[in-house]
Amino acid sequence: MKSEFLLQIKDLKASIDNKSIIKGLSLEVKPGEIHAIMGPNGSGKSTLANVLTGRDLVTVTDGSVTFEGRNLLDMSPEERAREGIFLSFQYPIEIPGVSMVNFMKTAINEQRKHRGLEPLSASEFLSQMREKKELVEIDSALTNRSVNEGFSGGEKKKNEIFQMAMLEPRLALLDETDSGLDIDALRIVANGVNKIRSADTSVIVITHYQRLLDYIIPDFVHVMFDGRIVKSAGPELALELEKRGYDWIRKEADIAEESWITDRKL
Amino acid sequence: MDYRPEVISKLSAMFNAGHGTFLKDSPELFNRHREKAFNDFLRLGIPDRKNEAYKYTNLEKFLNYQYQDYFFPLPSDFREAERFHCEVEDLNVWNMVLLNGFFPHGEDGLVMLPGGIWVGSMKAAVRQFPSLVEKHYNRYVEDGTDGLIPLNTALASDGLFLYAPKNTVYTKPIQIVNLLHSDKDIFVQDRNLIIVEEGAQLSLLSCDHSISPRRFLTNTITEVYVGRNARFDIIRVQNQHDNSGKITHTFIHQERDSYASSNNISLHGGLVRNATWHYLGGENSETHSYGLFLADKDQHIANFVKVDHVAPNCNSTQLFKGVLDDNSSGAFNGRIMVHKDAQKTNAYQSNNNIILSDTARMDTKPQLEIYADDVRCSHGATVGQLDENALFYLRSRGIDVHEARLMLMFGFAHEVIKKISIEALRDRIDDLVQKRLRGELSRCASCAVQCN
Repeated sequence: MKSEFLLQIKDLKASIDNKSIIKGLSLEVKPGEIHAIMGPNGSGKSTLANVLTGRDLVTVTDGSVTFEGRNLLDMSPEERAREGIFLSFQYPIEIPGVSMVNFMKTAINEQRKHRGLEPLSASEFLSQMREKKELVEIDSALTNRSVNEGFSGGEKKKNEIFQMAMLEPRLALLDETDSGLDIDALRIVANGVNKIRSADTSVIVITHYQRLLDYIIPDFVHVMFDGRIVKSAGPELALELEKRGYDWIRKEADIAEESWITDRKL
Repeated sequence: MDYRPEVISKLSAMFNAGHGTFLKDSPELFNRHREKAFNDFLRLGIPDRKNEAYKYTNLEKFLNYQYQDYFFPLPSDFREAERFHCEVEDLNVWNMVLLNGFFPHGEDGLVMLPGGIWVGSMKAAVRQFPSLVEKHYNRYVEDGTDGLIPLNTALASDGLFLYAPKNTVYTKPIQIVNLLHSDKDIFVQDRNLIIVEEGAQLSLLSCDHSISPRRFLTNTITEVYVGRNARFDIIRVQNQHDNSGKITHTFIHQERDSYASSNNISLHGGLVRNATWHYLGGENSETHSYGLFLADKDQHIANFVKVDHVAPNCNSTQLFKGVLDDNSSGAFNGRIMVHKDAQKTNAYQSNNNIILSDTARMDTKPQLEIYADDVRCSHGATVGQLDENALFYLRSRGIDVHEARLMLMFGFAHEVIKKISIEALRDRIDDLVQKRLRGELSRCASCAVQCN
């Protein structure tokens, strides 16, 4: 049965090394929607991204996650990617000796195989590379190098968005993609995201700050505290958070002062 | 029980009997060195694991074996060998085949290439360039602990001679294919001499193949003289079957303002031990030692490197990598020695290894010995598994876990492969290494042997 939701998270609980991080989180994302998840450090935002992409250092202890109605938690990381989940890493990994071209070609063709399509021909692949490179204004020289090797912080983030544009995901998770970006790079990254948006593609933007949301306008803003979503509203919530900080939400959500302080230390 | 006394007595019998055979057929210059060399061998013996340089390498499996007598090729042997065809396409090289350490045309086997570079057999070289060969032969060998070195001097009768006279340049690499082909189990001792005179440039590609399913052991010495402002590159591609042992000793002697590089790519072979000495005897010289090996099953691959900084203002790098699977084992023993007068030395050494199974083993020993006070040196070694973060990154893009592992291993290996300056060869090695890592290369290129 096809669900009206692209992603449906129900009462998710997850831990790392037996320490509970996500403590009952629910979220529903429909095709085409943009959700922002905000919250202080240690609230579990990146752990959520790790759960959704299948990183094995996180153990799901309870709850369910479905993607287009199918149990996501049963799938390997590569299956999830082929089904259309993409994570823009907070800290992209440098992989010396693996060329960007070979990496992207392998990724695209694995995805096509999964969808019953023929591999791209060399010329199709190269023209797609060219087109997407322009989209994120990435220097051609970078894609001739090894994956992220010697890239600056901004180049690494642009490279994530470039990969996203190549893979055309159904659900893109942007994990603090704005951190470490100057205003020009931020604009380029946001433009890249906006250009691949469609009625089919959903985006979850994980961020501390409101500034990326000036460019990528969310349909919903959620605030995470201590492993839960404690408040959800429209884009105006991000602006309010920017103005007032997180404290008032904590009070409103009636979160114990201690747990909030403990988490901040983490 | 120590196997060595019996092997040594057999070699002694062979050496003594040799007076009737290989002495008669060898250059007089070679014969002149034999007696002393054999006595040195008897004194030093076959290195065992008490010798620091062989601490992690056990030669017994390949040395404790009854190889059938000393090999002398017949013309018919060469006809078969010449059918061998290098598989690398677009490899623009000048090419020659050595059969079991011998040149096909014996004493006539010396030719001059365009540009004035000589290539051919040692036998012929001794006749044509007696004083030149005498000036360099057996002058650069060192290490008074390894008996296999004088053993080669005592038993060798032929090998490769390469001579680039002053200011000559040969733009194409010279490819030498070392074929092992015999219907007997043989112990090969080849002796190579390479002279690159002042201002000359030469690059050598040396490929090892075994084409018959016998047991082979090769004990090779290559002496290289690199004159002032000269340049020399050697790339070895070792692709013998796993019933062969290959032991190489390479001595690179450099004069001032010179450049040399060595790259040993070891793909197959039951036992491979490459020892490379770089002697920076003149100021402002540069030397690089690279190595990559892929080992599985019961293979053992060892690299021994010594870089001697004797003169000031010289640069050296060592980069060695290994990937080990199954029950294979590997060893790296690298030493940078900065002598008292070698101020302003820059010397780097790095050895990285990936272990893929619980039973593979790697021993690595990076060493630094410094007697000068104004130098920059670094060394480091790692033995580990694949980077989990990198693996996840690739998988998160839809790449199958098995494929992602291969990509990481290949990327790891490629850092050494990319140092190969011959483009067609670099692509081919890339391809061979990929196939090897995928397990598609259970036998070597052009090899009819189905070895296990």
